[in-house]
Amino acid sequence: MIQVGLEHFLVVGTLLFALGVVCVIIRRNAVAILIGIELMLNASGLNLIAFSHYNDRAVEGSIFVLFIIVLAAAEAAVALALILAIKRRMKTIDLDRTNSLRG
Amino acid sequence: MSFSLLDLVFYAAALVTLATAVYAVGSRNIVRAVFALLGTFFGMAVLYGMLAADFVAVIQVLVYVGGILVLLLFAVMLTGNIETAPRSNRSAGLWLGALTGLALLALLVPLAIQAPWQKSGVGEFTQTTASIGSALLSNALLPFEVISIVLLGIVIGAVVIARHRQAEDTEAGK
Repeated sequence: MIQVGLEHFLVVGTLLFALGVVCVIIRRNAVAILIGIELMLNASGLNLIAFSHYNDRAVEGSIFVLFIIVLAAAEAAVALALILAIKRRMKTIDLDRTNSLRG
Repeated sequence: MSFSLLDLVFYAAALVTLATAVYAVGSRNIVRAVFALLGTFFGMAVLYGMLAADFVAVIQVLVYVGGILVLLLFAVMLTGNIETAPRSNRSAGLWLGALTGLALLALLVPLAIQAPWQKSGVGEFTQTTASIGSALLSNALLPFEVISIVLLGIVIGAVVIARHRQAEDTEAGK
């Protein structure tokens, strides 16, 4: 076990990102897929903060992550609205059955 | 081989973050998955704090735990049949997911460990709030203004999409 450094944080971020991708692929519930997307956004934020911390504590990493957090919140709000609309129209949020656009 | 307190905090926070994330991905019950995400977001806040990003850590707790998590819970509660939504796709979804995840890890973890990342030292700790504030009003002013317009559009758009339309409903109910 070596002292905790940049690589440790990058590995945690990678694991979190892979979990998010797996979540988006294997889940059918629209809310669960939204959870996967949030995991991926968090992983990218961790990487940005780690890089900026190990480069003279640059403040740009924090600013990037703040914008990511704002966009994640906005995305969650729109996704909630879309999920409610889909639920009203199709009576399900199982994304394998919301395929009425398929020819 | 010696553990400092900081290392212990890191491993504990990383363990909590990843374990709850695994539970959120794997749980069949979507309500439990959302509550497991609470641990993930708090663990991320601890990791941000360890990286001396104090302002981002606080914002992480405020926005993710106080906002996004509640929004996800609303989505779960409003869409009903919580228990029944199955985890996997009909055909090979689980295998495809596991394969993609393992391929990603095999590609990215060696890269993260071995690549010669640029590191120019850590420097003295200073609180970041003041420097973030002045950067948002100088260098990052344009994205700051753009994102406020984006937020306005999001608010209007979400209301328009989610609004209950009477005509549409009676048409769908026929």
